[in-house]
Amino acid sequence: MGENKITSSQTCVIEPPKTFFWAPLSKPAPAASGKTGTWRTERPVIIQEKCVKCLLCWLYCPEDAIIRKEDNSVEVDYEYCKGCGICAAVCPVDAIKMVPEEWGGKQ
Amino acid sequence: MTILTLTGNYAVAYAVKLARVKVVSAYPITPQTTIVEKLAEMIERGEMDAKMIRVESEHSALATVYGAASAGARAFTATASHGLLYMHEMVWWVAGARMPLVMAVVSRAIGPPWNIHVDHQDIFDQRDSGWIISMAQENQEAFDLTLQAFRISEDPRVYLPMMVGLEAFILSHTVAPVDVPDQKEVDEWLPPRRQPYVISPETNFVMGNIVPDEDYMMMRLSIQKAMEAAKEVIKEVDRSYGKKFGREYGGLVECKKCEDADYIIIIAGSWSGEAKMAIEDLREEGYRVGVARIRFIRPWPEEEISELASKVKGIIVFDRAVSFGSKGPLFLDVATTVNGRTSLRGVIAGLGGTEVRKEHIIEVTKEFINKVEEEGRVFEPEYWLLPDPYRGKPLEEVAPRWW
Amino acid sequence: MVIIHKLPNRRYGMPGNASCPGCPESMGLRYLKMALGDKAVLVIPAGCSSVIQGIGPKSGINFPILNIAFAAAGAAASGMKAAFEVQGKDYIVVVWAGDGGTADIGFQALSGAAERNEDIIYICVDNEAYMNTGIQRSGLTPYGAWTTTTWTGKKEHKKNMPFILIAHDVPYVATASVGYPHDFIEKLRKAAKIKGFKYIHLHAPDPVGWRFDSSLTVKVAQLAVQTGMWPLFEYERGSFKLSPFSKKYKDPSKRVPVIEYLKIQGRFKHLLNKPEEIKKIEEYIERTWWWIDLLERSTNPAKTARELLNK
Repeated sequence: MGENKITSSQTCVIEPPKTFFWAPLSKPAPAASGKTGTWRTERPVIIQEKCVKCLLCWLYCPEDAIIRKEDNSVEVDYEYCKGCGICAAVCPVDAIKMVPEEWGGKQ
Repeated sequence: MTILTLTGNYAVAYAVKLARVKVVSAYPITPQTTIVEKLAEMIERGEMDAKMIRVESEHSALATVYGAASAGARAFTATASHGLLYMHEMVWWVAGARMPLVMAVVSRAIGPPWNIHVDHQDIFDQRDSGWIISMAQENQEAFDLTLQAFRISEDPRVYLPMMVGLEAFILSHTVAPVDVPDQKEVDEWLPPRRQPYVISPETNFVMGNIVPDEDYMMMRLSIQKAMEAAKEVIKEVDRSYGKKFGREYGGLVECKKCEDADYIIIIAGSWSGEAKMAIEDLREEGYRVGVARIRFIRPWPEEEISELASKVKGIIVFDRAVSFGSKGPLFLDVATTVNGRTSLRGVIAGLGGTEVRKEHIIEVTKEFINKVEEEGRVFEPEYWLLPDPYRGKPLEEVAPRWW
Repeated sequence: MVIIHKLPNRRYGMPGNASCPGCPESMGLRYLKMALGDKAVLVIPAGCSSVIQGIGPKSGINFPILNIAFAAAGAAASGMKAAFEVQGKDYIVVVWAGDGGTADIGFQALSGAAERNEDIIYICVDNEAYMNTGIQRSGLTPYGAWTTTTWTGKKEHKKNMPFILIAHDVPYVATASVGYPHDFIEKLRKAAKIKGFKYIHLHAPDPVGWRFDSSLTVKVAQLAVQTGMWPLFEYERGSFKLSPFSKKYKDPSKRVPVIEYLKIQGRFKHLLNKPEEIKKIEEYIERTWWWIDLLERSTNPAKTARELLNK
């Protein structure tokens, strides 16, 4: 049976359109909803002396807003951090404090 | 080249095979079923090198071939009637994504009540969706249009999906000789699949997330521009197909005896055959009538119809569908193009497979012509040619009395 | 075993996306990237993840994506996979669907794809209501939960999707939780190696719709497992196995009382002082574990019925 026997591999040709063409295409990129740091009402502040480099904040941060450095210490990307507080909640040594923003997302 | 005796459905299946389609998916619905049955047979016999995905609904059938096309494979599906309505959401999705794709639509009545016979309502229901929509008159043309559809749809000036319309039973299940070219000839004529983009880790494209409203509107304009460009592509493909395989149909409209005509019948689909016979008889009686058969309802052949409108005394349009609360859909397009330049009659006939013979066409056409000749300008947008058993009877007498 | 420190230091998610603060879906998508890397293509039906992508021409999810109509994800993914196979490309096609796109409007296409044993991974990211449209009840909303279409609490229990998928006799079915990323990543990696249909049901507590503070997503997710509300398990080729994090909760005395899970969510507020309502939820938990017990005892032929038939 020839059912699942695919003999020739036929790849299509991607050819640029020749008339005015605007398809709904995007590419993954930061800031698809802008600088989401402005959404924040509280900001996480990392107390570096307490940090044990367990990376749990980096693992759980939904936003990719915890920047992991080469020595596994961490920093917050305040441009994008939405201030959800998950990093502070999962930190096993209380090394992240949530402090109120003076105004939404001031950096 | 071989002459085979094929039903319309088998003719479509042969064209799909020759187009080297790689992914086929469909859900059975009468009268489309034998297209996919034939394709399944070809694939299982090893005669066709493709994947067949036997899905659980029409919505999924179009979604499946759309997924395959987005990932770079030439793909095909077929449906009819309720199947087409069920996949209507996906119909819009494919066009909005600008994904080249081909679908055969075996046009059939819509229920209730159940009715599996010929009617154009299902295919006309798709006319606003951004698909190129063609209508075949006979099995050979269904074959030819299917092959051409891949080339039109995948043309970089177009990049829109295309429907090949053929009619329930009259074409789908009726055998006729079909000239089937060799694979080599088709390969020489039909280039490998071209498409504007592929969704894959290589390209990293995302299709369809939210965009600003203003961008959305520009995307809609771009579909319209592609439709406009498709007119030239359709004519070009028709000519080049004619050169290669010896059959050229005249582009978006096939005209028969329009040159010297005083009156024109505008019609689409298989019953154009009856119209063509009717004008022979009419001409013998001294009525100079021509037939303009609409091969493409989208893009609408504006220029062709406009040219006819400016030189004839009247146009009679035959619709096998109704836009309830308005007129026949084909008539609406014709009337917009004609813009009051000539007399018009919109005939609604043949719904749900109701027989329309040559004699019927002669009768209403003659009546229209006589009226125009007597009264001058006539505008009759809605003329129901009722079925023989009910014609001429008061409506209140014909319906069953349940109450 | 997944060791956090061994995960390459790179961008997994996509900052600046449109998800709400504390979003479990954004978390899940990062784990998906950690597990499958750059070989995966997502098919996303309508839902929160359609919106999380943000505004084109950018996208806030770090994958190539085919967005698709609500009811069509299982089908579109089947077609994509077929096309990749035809072209000799071994990309992983993943459906990332919400509870509506999986258990309700998307169920038909999912069931069809499962029955055909399509070689795809179908992930239900389950936030237990139609969150994207504003917290309406779904087939996966649990008993008693407030939603904007069940103001006095839902009167029916959650549809048990993983068991329904097991009944489809597919090679791999698993449950996971955003509270246990190691477990989820491991299951994804395993799924990627199995040929045929893989279903992973990812429990995704949603701060907005479940009415809890955005910092508690992980805690709520873990409580769901610890109370026995959301058991983590795997069903692989006919063999059923509780996952390490859920093993001990087979013993009801080891479970955290369900009230602990209910009381930190505003959506259950109205039934906290109604013991008869809480009893119904406890009975649901018992029933779920009864099924698990049955599956544990009666399976392990090491082959699916599909494979036995093909013999």
